[in-house]
Parts: sequence; C-alpha cells; structure tokens
Amino acid sequence: MVEDGEGAPVGRRVVLGMLGLGAAGVAAGGYLQNGLDNLLASIASKDPTGLSGLLPGGGGFRFYSVSDSIPHRSDAAYRLTVDGLVEHPATYSLAQLRAMRPTRLVRDVQCVTGWRVPHYAFTGVRLSDLLDAAGVKPGAKALRFTCFDGVYSESLTLDQARRPDMLVAYGMDDKPVTAAHGGPVRLYAAPMYFYKSAKWLSGITVTDQVIPGYWEHYGYDVDAWVGRSNGRDDAPTS
Amino acid sequence: MRRFTPAERWIHRVTAALMGTAIVTAAFLYLPALAELVGRRRLLVTVHEWSGVLLPLPLLAGLVSRAYRADLGRLNRFGVHDRRWIGRVLRRVPGPRPAGKFNAGQKLYAAFVAGAVLVMLGTGIVMWFPSLTPLVWRTGSTFVHDWLALVIGVLVAGHVWMAVRDPEARRGLRTGWVSRAWARREHPLWEREHRAPDTRQAPGDDPR
Repeated sequence: MVEDGEGAPVGRRVVLGMLGLGAAGVAAGGYLQNGLDNLLASIASKDPTGLSGLLPGGGGFRFYSVSDSIPHRSDAAYRLTVDGLVEHPATYSLAQLRAMRPTRLVRDVQCVTGWRVPHYAFTGVRLSDLLDAAGVKPGAKALRFTCFDGVYSESLTLDQARRPDMLVAYGMDDKPVTAAHGGPVRLYAAPMYFYKSAKWLSGITVTDQVIPGYWEHYGYDVDAWVGRSNGRDDAPTS
Repeated sequence: MRRFTPAERWIHRVTAALMGTAIVTAAFLYLPALAELVGRRRLLVTVHEWSGVLLPLPLLAGLVSRAYRADLGRLNRFGVHDRRWIGRVLRRVPGPRPAGKFNAGQKLYAAFVAGAVLVMLGTGIVMWFPSLTPLVWRTGSTFVHDWLALVIGVLVAGHVWMAVRDPEARRGLRTGWVSRAWARREHPLWEREHRAPDTRQAPGDDPR
C-alpha cells in the first residue's frame, strides 16, 4: 500500500511555481495589460451583457466614493456658491450655469490608480468665467472646492484654475451628469488625475493659500498633473 | 474518526474569515454596482489591506501544532494514488476514487491558495506603498493582483460549493470528527490507516 504523505512534493512545486508566475506577471504585466485593454475594449463594444465590464481593464469608469452613499440633489434644488476672497459672492442654480457660455472638451480621463477612459466629452462652464464674474480680490492664491456629499474636498491654485481646460461640468458624454458620476454638477480638471475632478460640487471658495483636498491628506499630490505627479508617467490628457 | 484537532479547526476558521473579508471588500472596491451601494472607499481599502496582510498568520501560527504540520506534510506529497485520483476525475470515471486523508484535488487547492495568498500579499504591498517601487512594478502588480483575484474568487466559490454539497465534510471541520462510513467512501486510504494500527503511521499522525 502506498503511504499517504510520501511521494513527490507537488504542493511545494505548485507554491514555488505560483511565486515564479507572479513575479513574471509583475514584470510583464504592464505590457500584457495594454494588449488586454485593447482586446477587452473591442469585446466590450460588442458585449450586450455588460459582463466584460467586470474584467480587469474592461474599460469605462470605475466608481470611487469616500462617502457612505451616493448623494442625490435634483436639478431644481442644486446650488453652487462662489465666495471667499471675491468682490461679488454668488449662488448659481443649474439653469444659470447652463445659461453661461458653454465649453465642450473631449479628452482622455486618467485615474491615478491606472485606468484610463479615452476621448470622453465634458460640457460645462469655464472656472475662469466664474472667477471673472465673481471678481477675485488681490491676495487670492487658490480655490477650495467643497461637495454636497459632505466629505470630499479639492483645491487648485488660482493659475491652474484659470486654465481654459478647467470646467464646472454639467454634461458628460453629451448627457446630464448622473448622480453616480457626481451630478448634477462636478468639477472637471482635464490636465490632472481624476481625483481632482471632484464630484457633487457645491462650493467654490477663493482662499489666500492652497488647502489640500481629501486624498491629498493621504499622500496624493496637490499639483496632480497627469504624467508629472504621483510618481506616474501616463501620457498627458490635456 | 478523529479528523481535525481544535487547533486545525481554528486555523481554518480564522483563515476563512480573513479570506472572506478580503474577497467581500475587494468586490465592493472593484465592482461599480457594489461600490455605488456603499461608497466609503477609504474604510474598505483599510479593511481589505489588513485582512490581506493578516491572511498568512493563522497558517504560520499553526506551525506550532504537530497535527497541523503533519497534515501539511500530507498535503504537500503526491503519491501514485493521487495521480490515479486525478486521472479518474479527468476521465469522469464513476465510483470511489483512491485518496488518503486529503484527495488530490484538495492538495492542489491548498497549494494553489497558499501560493496565491503569497502572490497577492506581495503585489498588494507594492500597491499599498507606491513610493517603494517604480511605476512599472506597480502596473505589473496591479495586473497580477486583479487577474489572480478573479481566479481566487472562482476557486474559493468552488471550494465553498463542494463544502455545501458535503455536510459530513463540514461536520469534520466543525466538530473534528467524521463517521467511518464517510471516511471509507471519501478517503479510503486514510480509513485503512486507522483500521490497521500495526502498519506504519504517517509522521506525526495521532495513533488513537
């Protein structure tokens, strides 16, 4: 009779083989994921079930929120306040924002965790237009953004905020911004990693110094240029 | 028949709890529908990281148990009967299959999960502390972590499914004891070891 507990140490070989495969995967993963992204994107475009969206790199946005639930605010109830170091503090309704000069930007969206959504359209009002309307006082250096989820916050320097690719966005993919995507109104900081594009935007305060936002308290860069921050080298988005 | 000592059962329980926590938090971090349900990303990340880091500890702590070390030895070694077990499964031969205390499938599952936990730990730590490693390592680690997570999810689901279908196997892990009839059916070579106390015991095996 064959004694159990004797024979080839297959278990050890499997464990060591897994470690070897894991190391090889780490070494080759960057290239493999790029190829898979393309493959999955072509599958996802023909996939009526949406199941391919569950695979790693299956394309599209991933939902990240630090608050406990999706905050909902109706289009009618929505208000955006602009205050701080400005001559004319103001409160905007969604209709008032839509009545201002619209800007439509089509850019890649790059998340700091690695996923990227190509050629996505955002529509909204330039931050610089809102700042011009409010009249920035001398001594102002930065903007602080607050959100009606009650948790998230973000920041931009005044110079960053005046770029033409910084929007207060009410449209994504030429449709209203959904609640899950941060609607009715969110920030869109096109040249920066997507954590800068705060969802559920409810307040813009002009400040005399940069007040770091939510994730920046946990080690993310305040100046979040795509490809030049957070130790990453992604292709710039804007 | 005595199948598992209290130490072994607790190792399994704690490992299962940590693995379950890691999988559930992973699902809520990863699947958009679930993520939208709960949010609280930072809390989930913290729970996921710690459940993952702690996952190997029950196994390591268990090494002080002689019975556990003996079972690890049985899981490691593949005999002729294990190859026959795999052959019969692959050819879908009905009827009893030769197996010692653990069948070949259980041995492969144990080895795979042990290796997978180590790989997930290594790649997870690279992602946890991004300043430690260059970007290509992080991209590669994310790739390995994501895809291996899918494989682990499927295999753990299979593991649970097997347990759901076999109440007596679950009783073995809950109470430590199984019936002789079950052992004869599922683990005939192990049952035979216990029938013939004169034959040589596997190292560390309890002779009772």
